[in-house]
Amino acid sequence: MLLKIENLHASVEGTEILKGVDLTVNPGEVHAIMGPNGSGKSTLAQILAGREEYEVTEGRVTYQDHDLLDMDPEERAQEGVFLAFQYPVEIPGVSNTYFLKAALNAIRKHRGEPEVDAMDFLALVREKMKLVKMDESLLKRPVNEGFSGGEKKRNEIFHMAVLDPTLAILDETDSGLDIDALKIVAEGVNSLRDGKRGFLLITHYQRLLDYIVPDTVHVLVDGKIIQSGGPELAKELEDKGYAWAEDELAAASV
Amino acid sequence: MADPSTQLLEEVASRDYEWGFVTDVEQETIPPGLNEDVVRLISAKKGEPEWMTEWRLKAYRHWLEMKEPEWANIHYEPIDYDSISYFSAPKRDEDRPQSLDEVDPEILRTYEKLGIPLVEQQMLAGVAVDAVFDSVSVATTFKAKLSEMGIIFCSMSEAIKNHPELVKKYLGSVVPRGDNFFAALNAAVFSDGSFVYVPKGVRCPMELSTYFRINAMNTGQFERTLIVAEEGSYVSYLEGCTAPMRDENQLHAAVVELVALDDAQIKYSTVQNWYPGDPKTGKGGIYNFVTKRGLCAGRNSKISWSQVETGSAITWKYPSCILKGDHSTGEFYSVAVTKGRQQADTGTKMIHVGKNTKSVIVSKGISAGHGQNTYRGQVKILKSADNARNFSQCDSMLIGDQCGAHTFPYIDVQSPTAKMEHEATTSKIGEDQIFYCKSRGLDEETAVSMIVNGFCKEVFKELPMEFAVEAQKLLEISLEGSVG
Repeated sequence: MLLKIENLHASVEGTEILKGVDLTVNPGEVHAIMGPNGSGKSTLAQILAGREEYEVTEGRVTYQDHDLLDMDPEERAQEGVFLAFQYPVEIPGVSNTYFLKAALNAIRKHRGEPEVDAMDFLALVREKMKLVKMDESLLKRPVNEGFSGGEKKRNEIFHMAVLDPTLAILDETDSGLDIDALKIVAEGVNSLRDGKRGFLLITHYQRLLDYIVPDTVHVLVDGKIIQSGGPELAKELEDKGYAWAEDELAAASV
Repeated sequence: MADPSTQLLEEVASRDYEWGFVTDVEQETIPPGLNEDVVRLISAKKGEPEWMTEWRLKAYRHWLEMKEPEWANIHYEPIDYDSISYFSAPKRDEDRPQSLDEVDPEILRTYEKLGIPLVEQQMLAGVAVDAVFDSVSVATTFKAKLSEMGIIFCSMSEAIKNHPELVKKYLGSVVPRGDNFFAALNAAVFSDGSFVYVPKGVRCPMELSTYFRINAMNTGQFERTLIVAEEGSYVSYLEGCTAPMRDENQLHAAVVELVALDDAQIKYSTVQNWYPGDPKTGKGGIYNFVTKRGLCAGRNSKISWSQVETGSAITWKYPSCILKGDHSTGEFYSVAVTKGRQQADTGTKMIHVGKNTKSVIVSKGISAGHGQNTYRGQVKILKSADNARNFSQCDSMLIGDQCGAHTFPYIDVQSPTAKMEHEATTSKIGEDQIFYCKSRGLDEETAVSMIVNGFCKEVFKELPMEFAVEAQKLLEISLEGSVG
């Protein structure tokens, strides 16, 4: 068991957004979460990453054998949780390389591993860059500064490749991407599927799931997962819309 | 019956001062207020020659006719010049803290973070200490070595007594007595400072510092420094202290003059962390109003100013260069931090007079809390300054939503062959950037430090090494807890 979310209720500014989410991700599994706007997808991602604006009112999240909600965001990252942001921010004055090296070393230090030296790091970076077809010039630039939307998203996957997480949460990584960029991102993610790493893909459109074929698809509507199924569920949703899924749920509970 | 020492003071104050020393006058603090007698008294207490007393008096008379300037983008309670005591003796041992236990724990915490050794901590905190320190003998060793090379490095007071010809020649040559309100005040009542003279062709082998930072505490509020570098010489001078410096005196109006002759180079670095005042109200902080100017008198001469200003309630200073000699260069590298209720109106003036002169300005302003940071720079290129070149870069960083950054660049070009480049950027560190860093495994301290250092690195690399390391640490401490 990699991640277990049990009856998670969460609010922001007094409004309840998550109303009892249950989900389990095992090593090597790729789970996709789809849902309409306002369903709570991003909220879920942010809570898993440790944003303080959200208040967890009930429920539990267990990561490996830790109480995830009890950990600071940097601790979660050091323990191997990675969040690819929907809107990655810019960090002026700090080069992409410098940033990544500092992050990698912080994680290694936490694990009791020695820091990576400059030469090894450069070699690692060169190798991983290829996975997302990243241009070397973007390495020297300050993190995300002046990057196009597509470059920012690819940079997130690049960071993921370098930091080697155990659980990767991708928050609407496909939003704003054209087909070519989407394919590159998908290839990058697929190359990191190694049977041990777990993935939680939060996506709005089904399109991404043509390229990253998930093991399980969950439908999140109004703060709860109302349906789960195999990859074909995504196709059905696309054809019939979220309202169909809600009707199915209503029918099943009669 | 007045006690004997007060009587003596009154006698000295009331008679025409004559040549000679007034030795062993007991330490007293002169009552507040400023008039000609006070000026004479200061001069008498320091045992100055007549010409020095006259110099001071002329400055004082000029000051009386001047008006305090109001154009800066800063706000402060009006200063009552009559309530300032213009000469205060060093504290008596009985009045000092008797051990570090009596010192504000906040201050001690800062010393620790800055890596200041215990002995220095005691001295900085003003703890009465009996033992003779390594530091004292270190100072003596350095001085001996320097004098072998013909370098003079002593206090201003000593220089006036022992090297009057040099002082007479250069004092006031870069910042004349009547230059501005605070310079005039300083010229009248300056307490002490550093005097440095480097003879022809000599490269000063070590960084000179107002040791040595400890002594700086007693030079008081009206510090006066003069550095002269003769033909082909080089000197690097460090001023200031990363340790938080408190002082009962609120106004600090220093004057620093630098003179570089042909092919000479002067590097002047400052790290300043004066008490910034109450973080909520700004009360009690120090007003740091300083006139610093360098004259590149000689051909090929070069003067570089580097500063890291994190303290003071109000910082008002424009280290400047007059580029008189042909092919001379002036540089200004600055990081100014304002947080809490601090205000800074700082920048530089580069005046191009000679031919083929060059100036470089790199200014980094960081504002946090309710801090207000203003960069004010003037680049003036006179008609005579053929082929003048200037590069200016003013970057502002805002931390949080309540602070401000303002830029007032003045560019006055009177030569058709001048080349100017100006760049300015503004960036913001907010919760989002910090969270992003955290999500990658970096804690908040590391994140802020990394971002701020990235922002300031161009300036830090101009500082002498030990200073650069301290400056980085100081910045981290200054900005602790400013995000969110």
